[in-house]
Amino acid sequence: MLQCLPQVQVTDYYCCCCLIYCCFCCSCCSTPVLPLTSILCSLTSTHYTSIMSLECLIGVKFNNFVLMATDMSHLQSIMVQKSDDDKMLALSKNLVMAVSGEAGDTTQFAEYIAKNIQLYKMRNGYELPPAAAVHFTRHTLATHLRSREPYFVNLLMGGVDPDTNKTELFYMDYLAASIPVKYYAFGYGGMFTLSVMDKEYTPDMNEKEAYELLKKCVAEIKRRFIINLPKFRVRIISKEGIKDMPHIVGEGEAA
Amino acid sequence: MARRYDSKTTIFSPEGRLYQVEYAMEAIGHAGTCLGILANDGIVLAAERRNTNKLLDDVFLSDKIYKIDEDMACCVAGITSDANVLTNELRAIAQRHTLQFGEPIPCEQLVMRLCDIKQAYTQYGGKRPFGVSILYMGWDTRHGYQLYQSDPSGNYSGWKATCIGNSSAAAVSILKQEYKVSETDLHQALLLALKVMSKTLDMTKLNAEKLELATLVRNDNKTEINVISVEEVKELIKEHEQKEAEAEAAKQDKQSGSGKSSDK
Repeated sequence: MLQCLPQVQVTDYYCCCCLIYCCFCCSCCSTPVLPLTSILCSLTSTHYTSIMSLECLIGVKFNNFVLMATDMSHLQSIMVQKSDDDKMLALSKNLVMAVSGEAGDTTQFAEYIAKNIQLYKMRNGYELPPAAAVHFTRHTLATHLRSREPYFVNLLMGGVDPDTNKTELFYMDYLAASIPVKYYAFGYGGMFTLSVMDKEYTPDMNEKEAYELLKKCVAEIKRRFIINLPKFRVRIISKEGIKDMPHIVGEGEAA
Repeated sequence: MARRYDSKTTIFSPEGRLYQVEYAMEAIGHAGTCLGILANDGIVLAAERRNTNKLLDDVFLSDKIYKIDEDMACCVAGITSDANVLTNELRAIAQRHTLQFGEPIPCEQLVMRLCDIKQAYTQYGGKRPFGVSILYMGWDTRHGYQLYQSDPSGNYSGWKATCIGNSSAAAVSILKQEYKVSETDLHQALLLALKVMSKTLDMTKLNAEKLELATLVRNDNKTEINVISVEEVKELIKEHEQKEAEAEAAKQDKQSGSGKSSDK
């Protein structure tokens, strides 16, 4: 019989040791409750990862270019370690990967993929097209998932295919599910911004309009998210390549 | 003296040669001829069929031409059992690439991978090299139609037209004279293949039963690899013989015509 425990609130903890989602509703007062096993787990284990990340990755695809925005805070429990972090990695001239997830896994996985893609280019004299690179990434992630060393990373991969000049944006999560999307935002920030994008997005925006759309998203995060994500790094990927755009500094006021 | 360096594949002779590899190429020189010709709009592979026993069951359409992937096929010359192992490996390499990258393997990468395997057998392991030369025909988005040849040493090269197997040197010299770069279309390539085969095969008349012809073309964004049926081969042979007869007649006319003018 589950007992009501006072310190339990957040509903989506994933215990990496027991490998279960550990949240139940208490039968008597229907407050979310962690089973006893997970409480013990949390007392003994060193890490305890939440599915939802406090970091935010945003990607939006338009007809001629793709915009990617990532927040710039590197967090360690309650402390901001670094406020100019770069969560995006250029995989090739026309492909960018934004990563979030478990610290360490993110860099390790991102660099592994990036170097493999470069190796392909060196061996064969031409680059992998974005769709093939995404497939390769997903395959790697899926292989590791069913092994003793899974990577806990969520990715957005956005780019332009140099042969067809079509823009592409792919969502990929830690379970190696990958789908092409028009826009997506990972993390708690995504919960606030997806609806903004649902309302405002059209595929034929120009660069200025697209940047304004991103500013609206960031303003929403600033207004409604409890964690402070003050700055967002923005990059634009077009068939000319990858370009930095000015950082978006959140201007929203609290509700 | 050289005999002492023959038995192991993995050692050089004093003259700097790998005898086992050369002997493997000798073995291929006795095998059925295969030739490949690159045309503007497709590729042709022609092979001499050695097993023409009436009692043979025709389960496979072709015993020298294999389809490897949706966009690639190959023709082998040499020890058939070795060839089976290699074509199996080629198919697996192609699918592994598609599994990893989600796209068909580019032709040169496939050839390169197999040649790395072939090379391994010339350097370590103590096993003999594969006694097979392979002609690959394929299409990819990067370089279009391509024709490659690989041999037991693990070397490969891209060709516009080439030949392996029995009388391959003679065939290559004929191709050098007759093949017109970037002016040959698929039909002309087929006729050229028949011409070369008739000159190099040790028989007086071309026989549709003794020939295998395959073509690779791109139609509507799809690659079609077609092993030509016996009836169609017969038609092509008839056309080829007609052309030969016309060429002969034209030559006779020229000779007699020039004879007449010299009389004046």
